[in-house]
Amino acid sequence: MTKSLSALDSPLANTQRQLQILNSEPFVGGELENFEQKLSKSNQFPLKPNALEVFQMNLGYMCNQTCNHCHVDAGPDRKEIMSKENMEICLDIIRKNKIKSVDLTGGAPEMNPHFNWFVSELGTLGIEIIVRSNLTIIEANKKYNKLPDFFKENKVRVISSLPFFSSARTDKQRGEGVFNKSISALKKLNAVGFGMPNSGLVLDLVYNPVGPFLPDDQALLEKEYKRELKQNFNIEFNSLFTITNLPISRFLDYLIASDNYEDYMYKLVDAFNPSAVDGLMCKNTLSVDWLGNIYDCDFNQMLQLKVANGSNHISKFNIIELEERNIVTNQHCFGCTAGAGSSCQGTTI
Amino acid sequence: MEKTYYNTADLRKFGKVTEWQEEVGNKFFDWYGEVFKDGHLTAKEKSLIALAVSHAVQCPYCIDAYTEESIKKGFSEGAMMEAVHVAAAIRGGASLVHGVQMMNKAKKLNV
Repeated sequence: MTKSLSALDSPLANTQRQLQILNSEPFVGGELENFEQKLSKSNQFPLKPNALEVFQMNLGYMCNQTCNHCHVDAGPDRKEIMSKENMEICLDIIRKNKIKSVDLTGGAPEMNPHFNWFVSELGTLGIEIIVRSNLTIIEANKKYNKLPDFFKENKVRVISSLPFFSSARTDKQRGEGVFNKSISALKKLNAVGFGMPNSGLVLDLVYNPVGPFLPDDQALLEKEYKRELKQNFNIEFNSLFTITNLPISRFLDYLIASDNYEDYMYKLVDAFNPSAVDGLMCKNTLSVDWLGNIYDCDFNQMLQLKVANGSNHISKFNIIELEERNIVTNQHCFGCTAGAGSSCQGTTI
Repeated sequence: MEKTYYNTADLRKFGKVTEWQEEVGNKFFDWYGEVFKDGHLTAKEKSLIALAVSHAVQCPYCIDAYTEESIKKGFSEGAMMEAVHVAAAIRGGASLVHGVQMMNKAKKLNV
């Protein structure tokens, strides 16, 4: 299995190095306008948040897969896992601030040893619980086989990546055999009701491009996914979200190694869409890492760009201060504002 | 870097051709945009036709653009290569069908 950039001791495992690249050519010398300049032109700088709706928690970078586009640089060799103490603090924040939606991600969030306890606690609050499951975790080990039933008991909304409806494209991005395991997991989720009409159990899928280009039209792709998955595997799901690959971590490594970096940045900047800004996830979401640090989004977390005010750790959480902050941006943000926009919930316009 | 007549970076400057002749340039891009919209044929089908035509007219910029577009629209590598073979077959056939002209002429010259 492929190793993480971190285990390979790659220079790109250093977030400072990534930021250095993102702020070099073609952004220096005025060849391309940077993100701040683009936002300023449409009177949207500094970027300000709306009311907090989604509390996204990264439960750890450990994963059973090592996908070659992963912005987290997750993998089996990553040992960073959120402690129960930090989860308890988060629970307290969620309760006190009447958060409507908690979004659990990783890595594979299910690999956190306190995952079941935490989801069960959230289940008592009557709020939306999102689990970003990579699907193959359900097949990975006996102890995870019962996840579909556990998700059902807690009325979890499952959001899962399936880069394409063919094995060749999926396995190329996510590893040999991932497609077949994903199909098997999807069937198990369908069997307990996820994605099935009138079940009230939601199963959404995520598409992200297999190369250096923007996703095609979300509605069109959803139609094709529904047709192909139904015809070939009798699988059903609710919605498809298209997510653009951001030029950070392993995808940045791929862009540079394949000599696609400059072209991709031009593509993202040329496709900058000011009307995609309002729906950006950083406007209504906060992202918490395994150590309890707070970020404007999961991508900023991976670049270690904490929120730009004093309330940058769960121990100092202050909703009023946080809602007054300026959102931290950099050139990677062009990934979320290109074309129809991109967020954890798909397009933003 | 080796200098060639074709520069891959020029593809992203395509839109700049309007700078020296704005009116007809804009008309071209408007028309181009209309052509590739869903109609009797879907935008997806049109991207594969464009890939085949790109090979027939041997335009490296078009090949780059429509290879990406075809992948983006979900065509498999096998489907894309079949489209290229269609273009190649038409080009090959276009040469070979002139063999009939050659045969006609040869027969006429044969006393």
